[in-house]
Amino acid sequence: MNPELLLSALMVASTPILLAAIGELVVEKAGVLNLGVEGMMIVGAICGFAVAVETQNPYLGFLGGAAGAAALSMIFAFLTQVLLSNQVATGLALTLFGLGFSALIGQSYSGQKPPATHDLWIPLLRDIPFLGPVLFRHDLMVYVSLALVALVWAVLTRTRIGLVLRAVGENHDAAHALGYKVVRIRIAAIAFGGACAGLGGAYLSLVRVPQWTEGMTAGAGWIALAIVVFASWRPWRVLLGAYLFGGITVLQLNLQAAGASIPVEYLSMSPYLITILVLVIMSADRTRAAMNAPASLGRPFHAAA
Amino acid sequence: MIRLDRRPDPSRAWSLATPPLAVLATMIAGGLLFAALGKPPVEAIRTIFWDPVFGEFAFYYRGQLLVKAGPLILIATGLSLGFRAGVWNIGAEGQYIIGALCGAGVALAAYPMESAFLFPLMVVAGALGGWAWAMIPGILRTKFNTNEILTSLLLVYVAEQLMAKMSFGLLRNPEGSGFPGSRNLQQYPSAANSELIAGTGMHWGIVAAFVAVIFAHVLLNRHIMGFNIRLAGQAPRAAKFSGVQPARLILFCLGISGALAGMAGLFEVAGPAGQITPSFNVGYGFTAIIVAFLGRLHPVGILLAGLLMALTYVGGEAAQANLGLPAAAIQAFQGMLLFFLLAGDVLTNFRLRLGRPEVA
Amino acid sequence: MKRRTLLASAAAAALIAGKVSAQDKVKVGFVLVGPKNDGGWSQHHYESAVKMKEHFGDAVELVVQESVPEGADAERVLTQMALAGTDLIFTTSFGYMDATANVAAKFPKVKFEHATGYKTAANMGNYSARFYEGRAVMGHIAGKMTKSNKIGYIASFPIPEVIRGINSTYIHAKKANPDVTISVVWLFTWFDPAKEADATQALIDQGVDVILAHTDSTAPLAKMKEHGGVYGFGQAADMAEYAPEPRISSIIDEWAPYYISQVQSVMDGTWEAKATWDGIAEGMVGIGEFSDVIPEDVRAEAEALKQSIIDKSYHPFTGPLNKQDGSPWLAEGEVADDGALAGLDFYVEGVTGDIPN
Repeated sequence: MNPELLLSALMVASTPILLAAIGELVVEKAGVLNLGVEGMMIVGAICGFAVAVETQNPYLGFLGGAAGAAALSMIFAFLTQVLLSNQVATGLALTLFGLGFSALIGQSYSGQKPPATHDLWIPLLRDIPFLGPVLFRHDLMVYVSLALVALVWAVLTRTRIGLVLRAVGENHDAAHALGYKVVRIRIAAIAFGGACAGLGGAYLSLVRVPQWTEGMTAGAGWIALAIVVFASWRPWRVLLGAYLFGGITVLQLNLQAAGASIPVEYLSMSPYLITILVLVIMSADRTRAAMNAPASLGRPFHAAA
Repeated sequence: MIRLDRRPDPSRAWSLATPPLAVLATMIAGGLLFAALGKPPVEAIRTIFWDPVFGEFAFYYRGQLLVKAGPLILIATGLSLGFRAGVWNIGAEGQYIIGALCGAGVALAAYPMESAFLFPLMVVAGALGGWAWAMIPGILRTKFNTNEILTSLLLVYVAEQLMAKMSFGLLRNPEGSGFPGSRNLQQYPSAANSELIAGTGMHWGIVAAFVAVIFAHVLLNRHIMGFNIRLAGQAPRAAKFSGVQPARLILFCLGISGALAGMAGLFEVAGPAGQITPSFNVGYGFTAIIVAFLGRLHPVGILLAGLLMALTYVGGEAAQANLGLPAAAIQAFQGMLLFFLLAGDVLTNFRLRLGRPEVA
Repeated sequence: MKRRTLLASAAAAALIAGKVSAQDKVKVGFVLVGPKNDGGWSQHHYESAVKMKEHFGDAVELVVQESVPEGADAERVLTQMALAGTDLIFTTSFGYMDATANVAAKFPKVKFEHATGYKTAANMGNYSARFYEGRAVMGHIAGKMTKSNKIGYIASFPIPEVIRGINSTYIHAKKANPDVTISVVWLFTWFDPAKEADATQALIDQGVDVILAHTDSTAPLAKMKEHGGVYGFGQAADMAEYAPEPRISSIIDEWAPYYISQVQSVMDGTWEAKATWDGIAEGMVGIGEFSDVIPEDVRAEAEALKQSIIDKSYHPFTGPLNKQDGSPWLAEGEVADDGALAGLDFYVEGVTGDIPN
């Protein structure tokens, strides 16, 4: 087995869930639990695909995917933030709607080929032995996903916006009392989460597969949700989690391709068991858990007059 | 500017009026969607909402509504107790699978012995399986303070993998020509959860669903545990002062919802589904969460919400067959119905006021 | 016949009677496990159904139900179709077998055809294709086309049909190229485009340059196309949109002729329940056009192999063949019988790895 190719494939396989997970992290940091990631991803996949095919430009496609999914997430935002509906139920309904809606708009796009998303030509770096093929021969979106992780980390920990966002997620009543627009901030976070999920979906339909097929996300959105938890709501750990999840899949397939006999089912359930384990270890330590899990996660906010 | 004022108590009138309003809104929006797809909107709506109950073949569909609604109601009733208390079991799908695996496992181990005790034993095994699977997040929550939303969700995937493994291995039908899937329990008289009255669709799982609704109603209104559940949900701090032990409450809620989901799985595998296959689960556990909320976490509401959900499934299939509506349109339509129903909640809990928001 | 009461006896009687269709049109139903545009298995059944409808024109009314889950939901959909006066119903996934048998028992006048199963009844036949014959031709081409001597096989579930496909591919690749090895990747899903694409990538990364897929989507071909220099085959559908490469030929499920003949026999009143297992000769397994990428002589060899299967002078499972562990399976000249093939659960000698169970 060639470790260079394995690591390189791992990065591609992990990018959709990484994108979706980093978006969901911001949503959850703002105290909102949106279980509709799967629905937003698949809508992003078809919107991105449709725009890319119509314009023959993959980058416009990625923008279209992000915009489409962000628009869908606004349904969730309106229901949960303005009409104060239950977030768990609304998120599940969003997934149901997204799966159906994407299949509807996608009916004329199955069997088509998207324009190619070329790898970036990064001179010099791409020729470094080992690191070159692993890190520097990818398409733009792989780097965008990494940049987003860095950006989210920097904004959350180093800026006032991040501070406000976290405050809203920790204690919305206190944040409200301090004069922050809780609902507006949350809506913005939901839109960001939707756009990221849409990018992830578009990456699936434009690069990783690349084609449009109904139901093609096949559960990737749920994995993204698991990764956020695995990461204990820390951006860099989201990166680690996504690469670990993607890595196990790719490694599993590569081991099989190389002729090793492995228990496929047990390996497929291992990421979930590992995540539960991480979750337990993390939450058992109460002080650290309190620092990470947003205290208002999933709770509706209503500014009582 | 429209302003929302929280009502001191949820409005009874609105909680009764919003579901029909939401259905009406969905009919209009859905009709537009169907018209946009070039299908006759009125006929499509009639096929979905009217025909299964009053149409030509209603004698068959009415029973099928029960078959489809049974597991949803049974699971949602269990979930609603936890949801009221602020215990978020969203892994009912996994508990449903494990219940089916345990119950079917008992039957397959006993095969081909015929005994009147077998089916009750399977029910117990199914309930225990679901209970045990729900106890994992329960114990993790009470011992390690681990968020049960996430662990219960993650365990769904583990359960799915286990089921795939089982249908290719341990539980595979030795006479199945190498195909995945267990023996068909419908063809094993002692284990079969067959129709109680032929042609009605009525089976033990639906009986159990009705019993669960009554049980939940009594529990919530007449029993101290029900009082504690409501108190813990509405006023967690007051609950603590009044001596409610959170750990016990969490384990109780998760345990009961797991056991009911497990039973639902068993009734399904021994009845309508018949066998364990890799595609045995069709999302009842997740849909039940929506049903619980559509029913406002109220036992009777859940009963009605379960039947309404079932109606969209059964009617949606009919619309597909008769009008050629794509399956995706039905799915989007269901999503819209849920949006409208969830949106309607706001009228129950809040009063709409016209006016400028107060300066905070 | 509006019924307002839910009298059990009336309901049961009606269930048994079904509804006799008023018109003399033959109403034909299809139940699909996936969306009708999945690009593979379900789409091809759907397209074949449409071809059948075009053949008969107004004499046939076509009803299609897509994305029907196996189990209880399938049983309801089938009952619904039978009640609505459908004369002949095709259920196109293995998992529908028991549901089909149950409903068939309730509606003795409605005729049922179940794909890829093994159960029959007085009014329930089954049909399946000898895809392994097509795999033999693909295997030969694969053996000739690989430069790295490594071919890959993306497998769904460890069931006899898939195992037959792997064996048949390997046997004929090996005959064409003694140095060939086969890598099998099990996905445990029929349909997950992302995973199928990843598996394709994994095989390519292992140096595999010809890949056969036994899953439902076109994702493997899309991935091969993106990668370049790797050859693959259409599966279930021709997948001509990926020709001339990476798709260099294909195994096509030619259900249309069968559907036409079965519907015709219902019209003629000659339909009877039987088990059909047809291959290339009968026209149920189609071999897609060989693309120009394949050298002239290899195309000729593949064509000859196909002809020998058609005229029955050659059977893809002809001895001497050993099982994977080296123990003898078929003696020199011995041909595997259908019973053994139907339940095939082992690899032939030379295939590496274990069949998961």
